[in-house]
Amino acid sequence: MTRFSAFVQKEFRHILRDRRTLMILFGMPVIQVLLFGYVLTNEIKNASIAVLDPAKTEESIALTNKLVSSGYFQLEQNLVSQEELDRSFRSGKIKMAIVFPSDFIVDPSKPSSIQLIGDASDPNTATSLIQYANAIIADFVQEKAQDTGMASNQLTIRTETRMRYNPEQKAVFNFVPGVMTLILMLVSAMMTSITIAREKELGTMEVLLVSPLKPVQIILGKTAPYLALTLLNALVVVLVGIYIFGMPLKGSILLLTAECVLYMFVALSLGIFISTKAKDQMTAMFISALGLMMPTMLLSGFIFPRESMPVPLQVIGSAIPATWFNPIIKGIMIKGTGLDVLWKQTAVLGGMAIFFLAVSLRNFKDRL
Amino acid sequence: MSTIISTNQLTKTFGAFTAVNAISLEVNKGEIFGFLGANGAGKTTALKMLTGLLTPSSGSAMVAGFDVWKQPEQVKKRIGYMSQKFSLYEDLTIRENIRLFGGIYGLSMSDIREKTSHLLQKLELEKEAGTLVKSLPLGWKQKLAFSVAMLHDPKIVFLDEPTSGVDPLTRRQFWELIYEAAHRGVTLMVTTHYMEEAEYCNRLSMMVDGSLVALDTPGALKTQYQAKNMDEVFRKIARG
Repeated sequence: MTRFSAFVQKEFRHILRDRRTLMILFGMPVIQVLLFGYVLTNEIKNASIAVLDPAKTEESIALTNKLVSSGYFQLEQNLVSQEELDRSFRSGKIKMAIVFPSDFIVDPSKPSSIQLIGDASDPNTATSLIQYANAIIADFVQEKAQDTGMASNQLTIRTETRMRYNPEQKAVFNFVPGVMTLILMLVSAMMTSITIAREKELGTMEVLLVSPLKPVQIILGKTAPYLALTLLNALVVVLVGIYIFGMPLKGSILLLTAECVLYMFVALSLGIFISTKAKDQMTAMFISALGLMMPTMLLSGFIFPRESMPVPLQVIGSAIPATWFNPIIKGIMIKGTGLDVLWKQTAVLGGMAIFFLAVSLRNFKDRL
Repeated sequence: MSTIISTNQLTKTFGAFTAVNAISLEVNKGEIFGFLGANGAGKTTALKMLTGLLTPSSGSAMVAGFDVWKQPEQVKKRIGYMSQKFSLYEDLTIRENIRLFGGIYGLSMSDIREKTSHLLQKLELEKEAGTLVKSLPLGWKQKLAFSVAMLHDPKIVFLDEPTSGVDPLTRRQFWELIYEAAHRGVTLMVTTHYMEEAEYCNRLSMMVDGSLVALDTPGALKTQYQAKNMDEVFRKIARG
């Protein structure tokens, strides 16, 4: 028995002294529960909407207020024209728009109709938002009827739903760009970090560093093949999206390619960054999987709408490259937007690439 | 005899731990210079500083006539290195490995071709040129790794425990390669913890806890410590 307990003691010592395993053991479940608990809700709060209300009648203002005070919507913009509405949708500033007719009244003599327009490049969010809006409008009519002492069926507001960009609300419009962010990250970052960590683990990295090769050459030499492979990968995903799932490619192919390359640079530099921290292949794989794959899937808005996440997770999410790359692909492919709108996301990705590349290059030699 | 490596108060600290403590030594051209010491005595750290893999905390070192940290490019061209871990790529064939390292050191294609056939012939590996390195026996791997480290005709070759885990016979064959290189004027700096190997070196330095405690020819050290062999010398020194 003492022999056994001594053995168990030893095993505990192993575990308690290995901080990394300990962190995975206790950190992982906690983080997963927190993430899933917070993120795995499809309830959307404070979605940005715009209102086009030429009449601004007492009733239209009351209905707008009711929608905004529900907590689901946040009034981003009061629109003045149809053109402005188009622009707001294209820039991705708003998720839904409400268009009132110029003679909006709620009266038994004349049923009014409102247009609800959703941005269906993210079909799940669009559908939910339209449902919320419909429920609130129905509630509004009910209250109005009670106030005026009419039977509720005497008053009606008809709503007419339009789905922009993806009228059939195909989920594929959402997941093709999402999968692209994921795969490019997987191949570029994970493979790069593993392949560099492998050289360190096997000892060949030392031989390379002693040789006349410069650290920059070693890094570029190791990443160039993956850059080529990843570009090929991206092409395959786009082609599958277009020819098998019928996704459109409304914008410029050149811009899409350029943005993909930019995103891959971010991913590659992240991979290099990880490999400067990781001593062996296993560690590199763990860090890539936990630090890159999970957040890319859960926090970038690919599966779960970012609007419904608590603020701290939204902040973390905005540090993830995919969060910025996702709207770029969707914009170019589905909406046909160009750099005039996407410059901001592009700039953020560019900044990330420069930052991580600089940090990794500085760390590269010292960390061996 | 001309000096090809010289260090001046070379020191490396990791936090509060001093791995190499103010080492000053000179190595002559064509010499086989041994670094002896127990595990953790600082041999590998010293070697890594001389090859530019580690930056010293203080002190300086000249290798092949150049300052290791001020002119690393010049130094790198002139040295070869065989690390403690195996230095070739296991998933490449013998020929591919030779071509890779020839290319890294900037040899021309015709040079590489010529050296490849010469090297394969010398090691009697002509028939194995297309086999993956991982399927070779350890002894062959080490000999191949050494030959590849010599591919660009370096002036100095650093060998970090090149024969650990190798059987005595192969160890002997390996040392024949080392002698042959020294005969051609190549300087070799070898770390080892095999005391029998120490006897093969022209001069030896003994390291204990990061400091250089003895430096002389094996014969002189044996006389000085009144010992029959290097093992005894080492034990006397280590005891203090």
